[in-house]
Amino acid sequence: MTLLRRLQSWEGFLLAALLCIMVMNSILSPQFLTVGNQINLFQLSIEKIIVALIMTFVIINAEIDLSVGSMMGLSACAFGWLFQQGVDPVLAIVICLGIGALGGALNGWFIARVGLPSLVVTLATLIGFRGLARVLVEDRGITDFPDWFDAFGQQGLIGPIPFALIAFVVLFVVLWVVLQRSGFGRKTYVIGTNREVAIYAGIDTARHKMIIFTASGLISAFAGLLFAARVGAVRGDVALGFELDIITMVLLGGVSIFGGTGSLMGTLLAILIVLNLRNGMALVNITGHIQTGVVGMLLIASVLVPRIDLGRLRRSKEETA
Amino acid sequence: MLGRLSPQTLRILALLVVLALVLAFFASQVPNYFNARLFNRISSSVAIMALIATAQTLVILTRNIDLSIGSVVGFTAFATGNLVAGSPDIHPLVLVVYAMLVGAGFGLINGVIVAYARVPSIIVTLATMAIFRSALVEYSDAKSITSSQLPQWLVQFPNTSLFEVGGVQFRAAFVTAVIVVLIVHVALNRLRPARRLYAVGSNPEAAEMAGINLRLTVLSAFVMAGALAGLAGFMFLARFGNITVVAGLGFELKSVAAAVVGGVNIFGGSGTVLGALIGAILVDLIDTSLVRWALVSEFWREAVLGALILTAVAVDAILMRRLIRMRIAREKERLAALPQTEAVE
Repeated sequence: MTLLRRLQSWEGFLLAALLCIMVMNSILSPQFLTVGNQINLFQLSIEKIIVALIMTFVIINAEIDLSVGSMMGLSACAFGWLFQQGVDPVLAIVICLGIGALGGALNGWFIARVGLPSLVVTLATLIGFRGLARVLVEDRGITDFPDWFDAFGQQGLIGPIPFALIAFVVLFVVLWVVLQRSGFGRKTYVIGTNREVAIYAGIDTARHKMIIFTASGLISAFAGLLFAARVGAVRGDVALGFELDIITMVLLGGVSIFGGTGSLMGTLLAILIVLNLRNGMALVNITGHIQTGVVGMLLIASVLVPRIDLGRLRRSKEETA
Repeated sequence: MLGRLSPQTLRILALLVVLALVLAFFASQVPNYFNARLFNRISSSVAIMALIATAQTLVILTRNIDLSIGSVVGFTAFATGNLVAGSPDIHPLVLVVYAMLVGAGFGLINGVIVAYARVPSIIVTLATMAIFRSALVEYSDAKSITSSQLPQWLVQFPNTSLFEVGGVQFRAAFVTAVIVVLIVHVALNRLRPARRLYAVGSNPEAAEMAGINLRLTVLSAFVMAGALAGLAGFMFLARFGNITVVAGLGFELKSVAAAVVGGVNIFGGSGTVLGALIGAILVDLIDTSLVRWALVSEFWREAVLGALILTAVAVDAILMRRLIRMRIAREKERLAALPQTEAVE
């Protein structure tokens, strides 16, 4: 009974879908359940899924951040540029994270203080941040980072588990506690459900939004650095178009685009579904564009399916009553 | 006097002033700035951008957004190219209608899911952007269309000069696009069915009370946007000739940017396609001019563009708020004056 009730929740549905995909994948290929493939599956999209965590906050707060992909690119390119100018890599990392926080705060200022729609502001900074990235590296590619930097992205830190995956897990736990177990998290939901009510309840919504967008910029910059380390090179088009993949994962996780509902657990399950699905499709030789198309269909279905179920449930209840 | 004009007219006037300022600025910076090539380059690019900005505006007016526009442009460009490559004798008009029908078909898919299944448009079109793109990959079988496969009239169409004013050529593609935008503009201002887009966008509940079919209105906005995107796909094919699976990538955000710079409210209900057209021209003008400005490297284009959009929207929002406050104050004054006259009577 409890299992059934659990399955009726969105997370339960996602979990069931995930198990189905994993079983299918392991039937399709004996390689699937190896540790190497499982880590590889995360590694290939690790930057996106890290940003998806903070995007969950942004969307629950009834806003959107389209500029994350460009910020990832800007941070990666800024690192490359600083490194080329002979700046110490550690200092360069700090500067890049600073750029991320600053860029995020810029978004937040326009959205929270000037009161512009986040869709427009972050669309402008999507173009603007990408532009700055191109100004820094122009049409060159920058490589030859120090070995320890590349190793961070490419080699295992604890056994076969790379730094980025550990960072993802740590970030997930921290953000889960913040969103699901703290006052800040409750406020995020309240503001997302009804901003007016939040204001009357004495919540400083502008400050709250500033913090979330600054964090979004900071984490995107961090993810951009991870990308640079993993690939070992940066170009002007690093992380181009990532924002849409990231938003898709969050929405698939049951976070409402109108804000106020959703959870980090849902986002995590959606991330796992997308990664496993893509991995499975790659195992049977389905290419990138088609993979994205399938994820797109899944996204629409994710909004439609629960609604159909609810209707049927209500009707059957009425019949029994 | 300025207070009497409608906000929309004010916006368009302001945009024209900005356009003139940008032109004056670059004319002072770039030697021999005004030449026929500047106009030609911008006009052939605007021919496509104006159409997708108009398409996007129709959808945004109803409080929705269409992120699949780029994929629709890409697919129709390929499908149209494929058709004409297979049967070169096809009548040009049939080809244009074909492009628009294919586009409208995609718009119908978006519209049905948004209007009748009530899935938020940002989710639907985010998904269909990927789905339509993968449909293109499947349909094209990873082949591309090259201009050598296309008939001569089609390749020459965008460069055909219809008429010249003082050495400046008005080319067919640009003139067609401007005519289409003007038709849509007049329709939006004068035709009752088109006014419904504004009604639905500014207040859906009130629109429904007034007997407007919300779902049908939203659906038709998406279908029209699809048809316009299809026409843009035709233009794209004619202009570039070579069509691969990435054709039109990124157009979705460019169209939103042009509309927003043109004063279209992202929350629906207000904005004009004429504004969107000027927005598209402005974006393109800055894009093209920065390349020729010796002081900054051409890589500054996007950074400047982003800053421009942000500034445009911020200034617009602040001025509009002030205008509204001014009008409310004036209205209050008028109302305060009223009881006195009644008392006298």
